[in-house]
Amino acid sequence: MDLRKIDDNTWEIPAEGAMRVPAVVYSSARLLEAIRRDQTLAQARNVACLPGIERSSYVMPDAHQGYGFPIGGVAAFDLDEGIISPGGVGYDINCGVRLLRTGFTETDIEARRKELLAEIFREVPAGVGKGGVTKLSRAGLKDILLRGAEWAVENGYGRKEDLERTEEGGRMRDAAVEDVSERALERGLPQLGTLGAGNHFLEIQKIHEIYDEATARAFGLESPGQVLVMVHCGSRGLGHQVATDFIEMMENAFGVAGLPDRELVNAPFKSAQGQRYYRAMCAAVNYAFANRQMIAHWVREVFARVLGSAGGMDQIYDVCHNVAKVEEHEVRGRSKRLVVHRKGATRSFGAGRPEVPAAYRAVGQPVIIPGSMGTASFLLAGTKEAEALSFGSTAHGAGRVMSRHEALRRFRGEQIRDDLARRGIELKSTSWKGVAEEASEAYKDVDEVVRVSNEAGLGRLVAKVVPIGVMKG
Amino acid sequence: MERYRILPHTADGKFQAYGRTLEEAFANAALALASLMWDWTAVEPEIRHPVLVTGIDREQLLVKFLGEIIYLFETRQFLLGRVEEIRIRPEPGGFCLEAAFAGETLSERRDLFGDVKAVTYHELKIEECDGFTVQVVVDM
Repeated sequence: MDLRKIDDNTWEIPAEGAMRVPAVVYSSARLLEAIRRDQTLAQARNVACLPGIERSSYVMPDAHQGYGFPIGGVAAFDLDEGIISPGGVGYDINCGVRLLRTGFTETDIEARRKELLAEIFREVPAGVGKGGVTKLSRAGLKDILLRGAEWAVENGYGRKEDLERTEEGGRMRDAAVEDVSERALERGLPQLGTLGAGNHFLEIQKIHEIYDEATARAFGLESPGQVLVMVHCGSRGLGHQVATDFIEMMENAFGVAGLPDRELVNAPFKSAQGQRYYRAMCAAVNYAFANRQMIAHWVREVFARVLGSAGGMDQIYDVCHNVAKVEEHEVRGRSKRLVVHRKGATRSFGAGRPEVPAAYRAVGQPVIIPGSMGTASFLLAGTKEAEALSFGSTAHGAGRVMSRHEALRRFRGEQIRDDLARRGIELKSTSWKGVAEEASEAYKDVDEVVRVSNEAGLGRLVAKVVPIGVMKG
Repeated sequence: MERYRILPHTADGKFQAYGRTLEEAFANAALALASLMWDWTAVEPEIRHPVLVTGIDREQLLVKFLGEIIYLFETRQFLLGRVEEIRIRPEPGGFCLEAAFAGETLSERRDLFGDVKAVTYHELKIEECDGFTVQVVVDM
């Protein structure tokens, strides 16, 4: 495979064979070593072959191999000639990250830190097979699928201002309930308001370092030591079922012959099948927004109870990193509406974009990049340049480099807990095995991922945060 | 005969399952998937769920068959312990699979140790060579 170096952080696979456009990889030489070891680049080339793809098939610095599309893949398609693909969004539709600021410093909460985490662990359902505490009717669930975080706020979970600081205002308006299967509803009913397991987590964090004072201030960050709360989860079984259902439906409608990988199955965006998937995906996106809205609300309640106040606990932002959206971008010198797939990639819109909340429009949207368990996470700001580079997208996290199997062989959950404790990080989990699987050594170096993101212009570094309390599903 | 083998995979769960017949390989794939979430060897056959799935080809049939385990676990808290009376037959437009899942409802007796979200087509293989081998990657 011909992989040409464009600059220190940009590489290109020129269009060849069935590729309609080149594949562009944003990575350092170091990160590229891991990327080249698996099927990431072959998958990026496969994506470049899909009908209606515009500009390039993009690969973000944290990329690793996925199903069909790579994780950390961004691709945009013409609305008339192009496709939509469930594999370009991923199984966990609207897996995403929410970040809350607090009015507390590390010193303020130090004496109650263990209690805070224990209380959050009690309040927020998590773990495999763990159902929610919210009794929900089928009609209620349908309402959530249509209105997302708006439903949650109206039902007492959180504040109206949270919606303005959520991607899409916490609600994708194209959602339709009739396109969501009975099975997906059944899986969604018991799981609303749950964190789940796997790589999902909730962290109490503190600001470690601020790189860009002015932007940090706009985001509500004050100084090192300030306490933040990060929630990482998605649409649970409902979203997984929507993906599964529509992969099957598209296979049945269009067949699988000629696909280099069956997970690339797709439908023309404007076809009945394409539109049905898009509307069902929007419904799953809304479920995930409601899910994070509820969890954030319980976290605020715990802070209020334990510390006497949830004052200053404003939402900084909530981002989706598995989603397809219709957005306007420049193609061949003209502005054009496209369906942008971000699979394991975060939107990174710069100053001025109408999608960016008014409060941030002068500096760019907050981009939240979680690290692996027990390592740093980062807050970046979207850039104008990213629109030209990657349809306004950047990385979404650290990205795995080691199998769960290998992690289990090498690490013990209890040992990780003790190591974290020595570094002043409290850990609560429903499963020590789950903790071992998520050992930070199983992930790429998130510092390097955000350094490349910053240097390549995909997202501007604003602050580094480190965990002081970690809750794993 | 070895029923299945769990294989290393960067982000997810991957396994191969074996059988003298396609049915046996599918049944062992079901147990392999269950093994990523609970100890199926300890599960008692207390309740039974009939399974009926169709597929346009054997690959889709396998993905849908394994998807039943995730669905029954998430919506009925059902833990699979045994696959009974599995039959696969061709039908117009593809294949049909009938079987019964025997197992128990999740209780404090059982530990869960993994969350399988979905069954994928990634690196999915069904091979016939001195019996059948199926290979599956699941999203975890």
